[in-house]
Amino acid sequence: MKITPRNINGRYFFLIIVAVLYAVTSIIDVSIAKRALEASLALCLQVLPILLLGFTLIFLSNIFLDTKKIVKYVGKDVGIKGWAASIIGGIMSSGPIYIWYPLLSNLREKGMKNSFIVAFLYSRAIKVPLLPLMIYYFGLSFTLVLTLYIIVFSVINGVIVDKFLNKV
Amino acid sequence: MLFSHSYKKAFLKTLGSFIQVIPILIGTLFLVSWLQAVLSKDIFYRVFSGNTILDSLAGALFGSISGGSPITSYIIGGELLQQGVSLTAVTAFILTWVTVGVIQLPAELLILGKKFAIARNIVSFVSALMVAIFITLTLAFI
Repeated sequence: MKITPRNINGRYFFLIIVAVLYAVTSIIDVSIAKRALEASLALCLQVLPILLLGFTLIFLSNIFLDTKKIVKYVGKDVGIKGWAASIIGGIMSSGPIYIWYPLLSNLREKGMKNSFIVAFLYSRAIKVPLLPLMIYYFGLSFTLVLTLYIIVFSVINGVIVDKFLNKV
Repeated sequence: MLFSHSYKKAFLKTLGSFIQVIPILIGTLFLVSWLQAVLSKDIFYRVFSGNTILDSLAGALFGSISGGSPITSYIIGGELLQQGVSLTAVTAFILTWVTVGVIQLPAELLILGKKFAIARNIVSFVSALMVAIFITLTLAFI
């Protein structure tokens, strides 16, 4: 049977594409494929605790958070409280961005607004543990101004994406 | 009894989500590592021409297709500044590095939805360029 997105689930199709990419790379230059594979395994170990944290949070949200509670904090018409919760959550979240997609998807199913998901993902650009390094490379003024703009644009981007999704 | 039932239900629901997303997350993780192995860091230093507008677009584009720790983007960004690349271009580069994810797009499409993922990435790309310009203007006044 021919493997296409139609007859195999999209997520496995994506995984197969990546495996093919590695196979082709190893044919062209085995050292690059080996380097990529080693980096992948190291990354796996690095993200494993965050992944476990992510799924623990999904598990806890499945127990303690129902639609009513989610809507109350990050649902429609919560105003500044919802923006604050999303932006602070985004700033505090660590690890690769894609680790957080399942939790956000789970919270959206329970009523979290798209605009707050956008704000969460954009405000992740503020990395508190990395602020000293940013100050070292770019200076204090740059770091402070950038942090402020990221917070402002987290809200602006959230509003724009939400409006766009409501229109289409 | 009711308590343990709700725990079991929550656990099964979480397990279901885990099984659904794990192939996507593993695929993304391997894709990010592949890109890092294929893309030489030298490429970042070669794409900037000295033209602020073109450099800003190049910075935003390269930041968007790159992945990995933001520390790498700070180090490359710091070195680019020392080489005379404009602050606007470097800001666009470090900002799109964390806010736009071309390489993570398949995962975002599959988990958060096609329209959402495309809209969010386009808006993040444009806003990174705007923030880069605003920062340069703001710092000129400070």
